[in-house]
Amino acid sequence: MAGNSGGIEVEGLVREFGKGFRAVDEIDLRVEPGEIYGFLGPNGAGKSTTVLMLTTLLPPTGGSARVAGYDIVKQGAEVRSSIGAALQEAALDPFLTGREHLNLQAAMHGIGRKERKRRADALLEQVGLSEAAGRRVGGYSGGMKRRLDLALALVHEPRILFLDEPTTGLDPQSRSALWDEVGRLAKEGVTVFLTTQYLEEADVLADRVGIIDNGKIVAEDTPDALKAEVGRSSIEARPADPNDLDAVARALEQFGEPISASAGSAAVRLENRTQGLTEVVRALDREDLQVSSLELNEPSLDDVYLAKTGRKLEGAGDEGGEEA
Amino acid sequence: MLFTQISQLSRRSVVRLLRQPQVIAPALMFPLLIFGFQAAGLSSAADIPGFPSDSYVSFLLAFPLVQGTLFAAVSAGTDLANDIETGFLNRLSMTPMHPVALLIGMLAGVVSLGFLQSVVFIIVGLLVGVTFAAGFLGALVLIVLTTLTALGFGGVGAILALRTGSGEAVQGLFPLLLVTFFLSSILLPRDLIETDWFRIVATYNPVSYIVEGIRSLIITGWDGQALALGFIVAAGLIVVGISGAVLSLRGRVART
Repeated sequence: MAGNSGGIEVEGLVREFGKGFRAVDEIDLRVEPGEIYGFLGPNGAGKSTTVLMLTTLLPPTGGSARVAGYDIVKQGAEVRSSIGAALQEAALDPFLTGREHLNLQAAMHGIGRKERKRRADALLEQVGLSEAAGRRVGGYSGGMKRRLDLALALVHEPRILFLDEPTTGLDPQSRSALWDEVGRLAKEGVTVFLTTQYLEEADVLADRVGIIDNGKIVAEDTPDALKAEVGRSSIEARPADPNDLDAVARALEQFGEPISASAGSAAVRLENRTQGLTEVVRALDREDLQVSSLELNEPSLDDVYLAKTGRKLEGAGDEGGEEA
Repeated sequence: MLFTQISQLSRRSVVRLLRQPQVIAPALMFPLLIFGFQAAGLSSAADIPGFPSDSYVSFLLAFPLVQGTLFAAVSAGTDLANDIETGFLNRLSMTPMHPVALLIGMLAGVVSLGFLQSVVFIIVGLLVGVTFAAGFLGALVLIVLTTLTALGFGGVGAILALRTGSGEAVQGLFPLLLVTFFLSSILLPRDLIETDWFRIVATYNPVSYIVEGIRSLIITGWDGQALALGFIVAAGLIVVGISGAVLSLRGRVART
């Protein structure tokens, strides 16, 4: 079948390694053209294995997938010509310059000399590496390497971009710059499949999020819908007088069930989504209780992850051993 | 597109090499140092009756030339293994790159280093008084034979790199190659090796024929048989090395 889509369709995809261990266990997902799909999970959940299969670098042991309308097993060459990928490690040659990398990558795609130069100039400008273009990559910072990695993935103007944990290890400024660039690409119509273990990244960037745990997708929807599904807001109050902690806790209990709070504070999960700070302030005022801080916490993707897997995302993969 | 891929990957290999003096320097210095020590310590070997040359230095110039090819092979194999370890090979695999382009590109680095070594060692030889019995043309043929040998050993290095994906494993090849090198006629002509087992091993060791082909151009002149054997062994090494590397590459670049 000819490719006719800028999207990704996955049905029952499986990847087994030795002794029947399933790193990816019959996952189904669909990414629409122009969408940013966040694939969220801890180390070892199966994110990178999924990306390796979808980018044709690892044959699946079961199921099927189409990328840009092409079958990842039978039409590997067509898939590769339609996609760009920045895999987990920025695989760069420390002895080549940024411009030499772009020239090499474009030449591998069969792009002519003049066009190679034009695209290299444009991409270096786009990712803010024009000044460093003639320097060897061995002297680049982590953020610069990641930006060059992204430029390399874009050199043949792919319709679909795979980014495997693109901001891992980056400082907040570099991370933010990369988010801006990914957002800009999506506006230009590029489909982005983004794996991450950062909840904030998925929340900020992704149109939809799939949560993978132990090789299975345990939830999939827009970030807002996922949060709404599990989420009730919580309120945390810190009494001005520490002796009032029990009284504050009792006052809050009329709004929902108590939950753990930071030391010296009381917190409840609100029973009613429409309830807010105003009602709580009034209740505390009626009891003549003074508070030094009062916080309304909206549900996060971390709450979603906790609800779906029974664990917090942070450190969830630590017991899972190596990355799958 | 294949030609562009080959030329660009070859260019990368050569550029990488030229930007790594830490690779080039030992590849030139180490064989020359051993050459110097051996020449100084064993010069009286030329007095042995039946020794094919009056000058042990001339006899020994084949030593750095062949040992240098081993360095080139290990260096190229290590580079390829690094590409696997860092994921650079995966990056290239996601382009329409022809696997053969990768291999030829990598071997361009080996050939460059082999060529550079040959030229430097010949110049050093001339400086210490070596004369070439086969003349200037013989020196050119010597460079060709040495470079082809580097290419063949480069293929062996590539096989190991592609099979293991480990730079350490490729470097582990060097002692093995060095033993094979010393178990040849590199230090003495085969007919002057008195220990039977050593002479037998040297006779079956293909490295001996490369050494003797190179040496013939320096101390004998145009010896058709020695040259033919040297080129046949180098060609055999290339066939085995490159075909093995191509097969290994298919397994390594396991794209769908």
